[in-house]
Amino acid sequence: MFFSYLRRELSGRKKQTIIVATGMALAIALVIIVNSVALGVKSAQAKVLESVYGVGTDITVTLTPTPPKAGALRGQHFDIGAAAGTRAAGSQKVSTSRLTTGPFSSTLPSSNLATIQSTVGVKAAAATLKLENITFSGELPDQNRTITIPQGAPGMHRRMPGGDGGTQVKVGPDGGADGAGGSAFDIKSLSVLGVDPAGAIVGPLSSVTLTDGKALSAEDAGKYNAVVDATYATNNSLSVGKTIDLGGKTFTVIGLVTNSTSDSSSASDVYIPLDVAQTLSGNAKKVSTIYVQAKDSTQIASVQKSIQTALETTTVKTQADLASSVSGSLGTAATLLENLGLWLSVAVLIAAFLIAILFTTSGVTRRTREFGTLKAIGWSNGRITGQVAGESVVQGLIGGLFGIVLGVVGVIIINVIHPVLSGTASTSNFPVPGGGHGAPAGFGGGLPPGMKAATATTVTLDAPLTFTIIALAVGLAIVGGVLAGAFGGWRASRLSPAEALRSVN
Amino acid sequence: MYKIENLTKTYKQGRRTVRALDNVSVDIPSGQMVAIQGPTGGGKSTFLQMLGALDRPTEGFISIGDQVITELPDRKLSGIRSEKIGFVFQTFNLIPTLNALENVETALEGQGLSREVRRERSLEALASVGLADRADHRPSELSGGQQQRVAIARAIVKNPEVLLADEPTGNLDEEMRDEIMDVLEGLWRSKKLTLVIVTHDSGVAKRAQRRLNIKSGKVAEAA
Repeated sequence: MFFSYLRRELSGRKKQTIIVATGMALAIALVIIVNSVALGVKSAQAKVLESVYGVGTDITVTLTPTPPKAGALRGQHFDIGAAAGTRAAGSQKVSTSRLTTGPFSSTLPSSNLATIQSTVGVKAAAATLKLENITFSGELPDQNRTITIPQGAPGMHRRMPGGDGGTQVKVGPDGGADGAGGSAFDIKSLSVLGVDPAGAIVGPLSSVTLTDGKALSAEDAGKYNAVVDATYATNNSLSVGKTIDLGGKTFTVIGLVTNSTSDSSSASDVYIPLDVAQTLSGNAKKVSTIYVQAKDSTQIASVQKSIQTALETTTVKTQADLASSVSGSLGTAATLLENLGLWLSVAVLIAAFLIAILFTTSGVTRRTREFGTLKAIGWSNGRITGQVAGESVVQGLIGGLFGIVLGVVGVIIINVIHPVLSGTASTSNFPVPGGGHGAPAGFGGGLPPGMKAATATTVTLDAPLTFTIIALAVGLAIVGGVLAGAFGGWRASRLSPAEALRSVN
Repeated sequence: MYKIENLTKTYKQGRRTVRALDNVSVDIPSGQMVAIQGPTGGGKSTFLQMLGALDRPTEGFISIGDQVITELPDRKLSGIRSEKIGFVFQTFNLIPTLNALENVETALEGQGLSREVRRERSLEALASVGLADRADHRPSELSGGQQQRVAIARAIVKNPEVLLADEPTGNLDEEMRDEIMDVLEGLWRSKKLTLVIVTHDSGVAKRAQRRLNIKSGKVAEAA
């Protein structure tokens, strides 16, 4: 009886069923799409973060930088000695480079790594030193240019040193880049990451794939060997076996790597042994970031707390904290989903629930005589409530079913379109305005070294459909139906049979 | 069957208190056919609802057999309505979305019967009012007389002890009225029911064994 009555009621009151189910379907579809896209954005954020922090990094530890004191901040500078470089045709050609952490960067004592490794719940930890290699190269006028004045030349009354061949006279510059005493120089920068050459399962190198040559190994410690990002290598005509000048030293390229987690470049242009990086940059026993992997995801919070307690002056961030640092269109999408998508789906869901409740209760009012009659012939309040609730739940489920179909279609459309988003994960403790991989560091302008601490990553958005999302949709449809049914059933059960019959008879 | 003592029912109508039934005491023996007449607003329908355990009196009590129904909780009252009392209404009160057979089946709900038994008994009830061939028709596809016969089948399908009919012929023409009264009277005789009919129609009232007149909430035996 329950099901045949329910079926007849729903098919006999098509208009109400269609309106309630449509409202529910739209709400459920929106919930599915928003949740699916949110999952996709989260996954994309993770990809962006992995490109910077490596696969499996749960926590990063850095030192909170303190702003430099007034007057203490000194930009990049190069001292060009009079004897530097080579001279030819009145020009002095110079090329010099230095490795630096930059004025806005802070470093941790490398002993912190051991503290973290001994923390309960830590599976692995690795330290890196993030550096910037700034190269100054160009042509300056030769300040020491001399000319020879022959003996007996007009105006030469005094014998000058230089022998019989004439007299050497120091004169002003007329060479240089333009041949008239001008100068021209290039400032180039590239990011360099000092890594543990013995290899670590956590950290930036965990998200790269070797495409040529060999990776850094324990035997590379102390050697001027480098592994180069494949994109950077292509742009700068580098290959395995060639050399690259870093901090005034010549490094041999032993391998090329590419980002294995996204389409973009890896975390750094060049990777060198940590001890070499520390020595060349004058940061002995210093590191800039420690990457930590917890034994399991449930321990991340406790590990974060333990590290923070042990190393009070450090900044300890989890992936969730880091996700908020992802900017670009990916960051915009995440913000949009949080601020608009979530509330829009909640608003539509509430509206759908209210519509269902409204229609169900007004349906009960319309059916007063029917319920009064059923009570008169012996139906209990519970039986009538169950009937009303059952009808509402089925209406909700019908809506939920259509909502799932609609939502799945929406998600498929998103996955066919494959929107491309770019994300920039800031690895600096200072906010980085834009910036990109390989952006030039400033020399009297632009971003100072060390502030090129952001990596732009392009990812295609996939909106995954999970069992949880479908279960959530079905659950919401049932909740909507039960809510409407509970209100309607409560109203029906409160009807006095005598009054119900009296009001219509 | 029914023992009614000092039954009083008052309603609030705005600030006014309406005395629908005023200290009514009457017995209705089992198997009796009783017609209740009286002017509109005199308390006939209220009295019938009291007999049907649909409402509670302000004062007094009603018993069916040895069970005082005025003291029972709602859950028990719906049980009594489900097992002992059948209702027939002036406007038939069939559920429009259900067909004739399903409408009759609604009266067997909650009695723990299998679907087959419910269906069989409902078909029998429809056959007893001459509508076996209209089992799959919806109320909108039936005439007024046919709808009332479906309502009667619904009332008797559970084999009640009492059949209460509130103006059962009020919406029917004279020919249909006689047809319905023939059905009710036939069932009353064959099933040995206690039949209480509220009616304005003297022709209907005359067919009863006993006639009660309710006026201003007071019950009196009619001549």
